[in-house]
Amino acid sequence: MDKRVALFIPCFVDQMQPQVGLDTVKVLRRLSFQVEYPEDQTCCGQPAFNTGQWDSARPCAEHFVNVFKAFSQIVCPSGSCTSMVRTHYPELLKQSVLHEEAVAVGSRTFELSEFLVRVAGVSDVGAEFRHSVTYHPSCHATRELGIYDEPISLLQKVKGLDLRLMPNANECCGFGGMFSTKFGMVSSAMAETKIANIEATQAEYVTAVDPSCLMHLDGVLRFQKHTPKVIHLASILASEASL
Amino acid sequence: MSRLAEEFLVAAAQKSADLTHRATIKRNIDSYDAAVAKGKMRFVDWEAARARAAQVKSEGMHSLGPLLESFEAKIKARGGHVYWAENSEDARQYICDVAKKHDVKTVVKSKSMVTEEIHLSPALEKLGIKVWETDLGELIVQLRNEPPYHIVTPAMHLTREQIRDLFLEKMPSDVQGETHQELVAAARRFLRRAFFSAEMGISGANFLVADAGMVAISTNEGNGRLTTSLPKIHVVVTGIEKVIPRLEDLGVMWPVLATTGTGQPITTYSTLIGGPKTADEVDGPEEFHVVLVDNGRTEVLADKAQQELLRCIRCGACLNQCPVYRQVGGHTYKSTYPGPIGSALMPIFQGQQDYGHLSYACSLCTACNSVCPVKIKLSDHLLENRHKYVAEGNAKTSEKIGFSFFRWMAMNRSRYEFFGWAGRKALRVALGMGVKPEQLGPLAKWTKYRAVPEVPKESFRALWKKENGNGNR
Repeated sequence: MDKRVALFIPCFVDQMQPQVGLDTVKVLRRLSFQVEYPEDQTCCGQPAFNTGQWDSARPCAEHFVNVFKAFSQIVCPSGSCTSMVRTHYPELLKQSVLHEEAVAVGSRTFELSEFLVRVAGVSDVGAEFRHSVTYHPSCHATRELGIYDEPISLLQKVKGLDLRLMPNANECCGFGGMFSTKFGMVSSAMAETKIANIEATQAEYVTAVDPSCLMHLDGVLRFQKHTPKVIHLASILASEASL
Repeated sequence: MSRLAEEFLVAAAQKSADLTHRATIKRNIDSYDAAVAKGKMRFVDWEAARARAAQVKSEGMHSLGPLLESFEAKIKARGGHVYWAENSEDARQYICDVAKKHDVKTVVKSKSMVTEEIHLSPALEKLGIKVWETDLGELIVQLRNEPPYHIVTPAMHLTREQIRDLFLEKMPSDVQGETHQELVAAARRFLRRAFFSAEMGISGANFLVADAGMVAISTNEGNGRLTTSLPKIHVVVTGIEKVIPRLEDLGVMWPVLATTGTGQPITTYSTLIGGPKTADEVDGPEEFHVVLVDNGRTEVLADKAQQELLRCIRCGACLNQCPVYRQVGGHTYKSTYPGPIGSALMPIFQGQQDYGHLSYACSLCTACNSVCPVKIKLSDHLLENRHKYVAEGNAKTSEKIGFSFFRWMAMNRSRYEFFGWAGRKALRVALGMGVKPEQLGPLAKWTKYRAVPEVPKESFRALWKKENGNGNR
């Protein structure tokens, strides 16, 4: 298969969670992919799109398409940002000259676990992580992209990892982008429901393919002094046996 | 921000912090979820049933005019009256006129959300008419002076103890015990008196069958049949979008509605009504009216992007599945239709300016889409409403300026890198100086409910350049 991949690092991962990006690179390189990071990328426009500010979102989307159109495989450590490109660009750029290009780029953009399992056909990435972990299936990854089994099959192959499934797993964590600040109390109440389900598993960590859900959950978990910690799937997959 | 938006914000925050409410709703929806999961197992292929139901409703919508005319002709041929009401006022006026003409003193109603939508009961009461809700849940909220909490289960927010106390206050002589059965029996005794004295019965409709010219009503308590057959006048109040082409379509619509509504295979009573009592019939009303309410529906129909909203069969599945509805509860929306379907419809029916905020009260989790029995992509309509809200100039100025700046920044890598760096730097310095999270300006809305995130010194792109770079692969 084509061993070249272009990295799509969402803006808030770039600015606030660089480790998730580095761990994504580490996993891909371990599987001998040639990783390229198109440095002109900025933001996919999702915050503006979800707020109804489509005139602001559109140029961001066009910029994204121009930056990535030359690449045949684009990999992103976020289900939500991948879904913005694949699911929502066609509607947002309906009138744009870049519409066809946008649809094509969307079909070549993959969330990390989806890329590893479905495209590369790998489920054992050679990771070791000796902890109990529960998995939060994030909304856009599952219901918009249809990613259900991929993260689970990757986690099952991680050496030493004790995977525990949580009840009502498919319920939203409450992040929702600007929703989390516009309706802060509702958002945090939704996180409390999610946290109760996480704690029911007594796992040390909660993981997900979406860094935005994890940022929100981490905030509420620490604010309310709960024990479980958050970790992005890429960081688990990047972990190796410590000597 | 509109007054309604401000009230919503306050009420939503209060309700989501109410742990008793959270527990009551969780208990009720958990048992709904279990019943529906079981209900879906009765279908050989639930997804096929959903697709068929969506298609039936879609056909109804695309031939709305001719189908309604066929329905009307059949009803009229049997001696019934059909009235096309353009809006709420028009519908109310017609029904009030019928009531006045017959000197109606008491009305019994079976469950109907459209009568809530057009605010019918207050108009009748103004004429001195006593109006009784006869659906148990509706009666309970009526006695509490509240609107329905939910479109299928109006008293979902109440416990048995609360209902017992209410009944002891409002119908003391009818209450003979405290168990569920005894409380239901009390309501039955109470309502029998209303049924026997009412001159007019008002019902809704679940479907209008075009080819047969019949009104289809699904109920569970028997009150629907009493409402439509005991009083001498029966008025059906219905939205025009309820029309379906063929009688045989009920073969899929009835079980699909019952399954997503309550998890039942079919509701206890499935009633078809086509007109007033005929000469050889013992039961039934002498006069029969159908009021077809438009009230904004043809405008939805005219909008290709949003017309699929008219497929809705008011089953309540999207409300039950919605994590926001579960936190804020049905009353917080202050709209006839709460939850995802209400947040999609109300801004269209009542204006973006007053109701646009409801489209934003959603985390876009899309759970509603996955359960809708007629496959409405509700979250897409909430996004479309937000788009319209902004396009009509309703967004806050600060938000408009913020996103214009955001766009300007995101169009250029150097600007993006600079502002990213500067923002992180400022945050690190502020936190280092001991600035409290609540003093962090716009970030305070985040930190009000969450711990401050760790702010990295360097961005991914800076680290990439340093340690990897595109040359080193």
